[in-house]
Amino acid sequence: MNDPHLNPKLFDADVEQAPIRKGFGEGLVEAGEQDHRVVALCADLTESTTILAFAKKFPERYVEMGIGEQSMASVASGLAAMGKIPFFSSYAMFSPGRNWEQIRTTIAYNHVNAKIIGSHAGISVGPDGGTHQAIEDMGLMRMVPRMVVIAPCDAIEAKKATIAAAKWEGPVYIRLARDATAIVTTPETPFAIGKAEIFFAPSEGKATQVGIIATGSLVYNAIMAAKQWEGEGVAAKVLNLPTIKPLDEEAVLALAKEAGAIVTVEEHQRAGGMGSAVAEFLARTQPTPQEFIGVDDKFGQSGTPAELVEHYGMGISAIKEASRRAVGRKS
Amino acid sequence: MEYLNDEKIKNLELKANDIRQTIITMLLAAGSGHTAGPLGMADIFAALYFHILRHDPKNVDWPDRDRLILSNGHICPVLYASMAHAGYFPVEECKTLRKFGSRLQGHPHREWLPGLETSSGPLGSGLSQAVGMALGDRMERGRHSNRFFYVLLGDGELDCGQIWEAAMLAGKEKIHNLIGIVDRNNIQIDGFTEDIMPLEPLKEKWESFGWHVQEIDGHNMVEIVNAVNEAKAYFSKPSMIIAHTIPGKGVEFTERRFEWHGNPPGKGPTDVVPKEQQGEEALAALRTLEGRIKSEHE
Repeated sequence: MNDPHLNPKLFDADVEQAPIRKGFGEGLVEAGEQDHRVVALCADLTESTTILAFAKKFPERYVEMGIGEQSMASVASGLAAMGKIPFFSSYAMFSPGRNWEQIRTTIAYNHVNAKIIGSHAGISVGPDGGTHQAIEDMGLMRMVPRMVVIAPCDAIEAKKATIAAAKWEGPVYIRLARDATAIVTTPETPFAIGKAEIFFAPSEGKATQVGIIATGSLVYNAIMAAKQWEGEGVAAKVLNLPTIKPLDEEAVLALAKEAGAIVTVEEHQRAGGMGSAVAEFLARTQPTPQEFIGVDDKFGQSGTPAELVEHYGMGISAIKEASRRAVGRKS
Repeated sequence: MEYLNDEKIKNLELKANDIRQTIITMLLAAGSGHTAGPLGMADIFAALYFHILRHDPKNVDWPDRDRLILSNGHICPVLYASMAHAGYFPVEECKTLRKFGSRLQGHPHREWLPGLETSSGPLGSGLSQAVGMALGDRMERGRHSNRFFYVLLGDGELDCGQIWEAAMLAGKEKIHNLIGIVDRNNIQIDGFTEDIMPLEPLKEKWESFGWHVQEIDGHNMVEIVNAVNEAKAYFSKPSMIIAHTIPGKGVEFTERRFEWHGNPPGKGPTDVVPKEQQGEEALAALRTLEGRIKSEHE
């Protein structure tokens, strides 16, 4: 079953693709039009983080930081203290990677309304190699009190997340993938911070055997895995979980109860990311066999995004294999 | 800002002495905290809170107020004592410093105490925040805004790379209403700054980053006020005031010693005054000066 709110061409071989980060750039311009308090900062990566459109449209509301991510976080804190809503972008490896303490102290602990945009998150950064592949960022941000953590699944969801973040009172981290990613949603697909949505469900009359919870760029792979399973007689349900924190506990609990086995799918270290957040919650409320799709305590390397996703065990076949293991662990 | 006269100078010096006594009292009650920096900065804080700042202790959210950003949060006893004497909260409350539930957190937290502009402690981030505030001010009020942004920095924290990221940005943006004051007391936790990580030539460093720089005696009220006035008159650059201070100023046995950086009276070095007498002797030293804290250079 395909959700009526999703891209009607989702299962076509030529499904449209766009970099997730592109949606941020578009969303920020729209947020800036809606609210004059929205301002932007960037550390010498305006084009690749797509913040350039805002900088061109609102030059008086844009601050070019140079390659100074630590200062950028604290300058954003100061702007927020004066009533602005600053969005600051860099690669996730540098922000929130390099400036974690400034984000913790001068933004989250200080409780100001600043938004952190980490582009080029995940292994699918590709040829730049392991130095530039942030696969620890969700964990770093998830641990910080007050921080909202969002990983949009496509460019359209990234645009909605950006606009929602501008309206959210408090610190928000949005991670964006670099590479072209299949368009999963449509402008009509519901999005709200803290809400997860079922993106794939078994055909009418079939009981769900495994629940796949996916976030960010791998949501497409999760749906494809579930679709292939369906052809092979296994009923999988896919929950798109764009907000890692605050967790949509109701949706996760309902899926765990219904399926009795969970697979989490994310382009991140298995430790500390979305899978950990789900496991921490279910361990307290509904202990459920769970398999983790993610990088297993390794650094990345150069390669094409597709090669790397396969190599680090996050491809469609790996998700199917993990689903099989999860089903097998059901008592 | 009003003109200074002899009576006002005398009053500011008396305020500085009150602040120093409160610092000693609160550190004794807390049993931990920093002594050298707060005592050394008491004159500058007295000048700020009782002469320079445009502020209203009874209306902490007044939009037109100047902003004071303390970057080296560990010297907060001098900030708290100054705010209390200025009327932000009762002086008696200073004795709750660092205690459970106190509004006077060991390092300042904006949400706990009304009147604080930010939270600080981890060094090196205050200048960036002040630059951000001033940029936000410029976006709203333009390049001739009359709100001033004072950021107080320790000299030790100038080791932090982030300071120089912010220094470059302020120079590039030519932020006219940003006034930094460096507490140039030459000490940090592990020793003297020039041994730990040399900062000199410090004036030239700031100048090369595009700042207007003045060096003053940080215990001389006239020099403090005149330097701020000169900084305010400079419309093309941010201003840095390098204030030469004596760490532990006002209590002879705490002066010029890095061992007093992070210890309260009662836990400092014992070669001059035994631990159990350090609090009383410090207070006695301040009281016997009868408010006449004079500059070393006068």
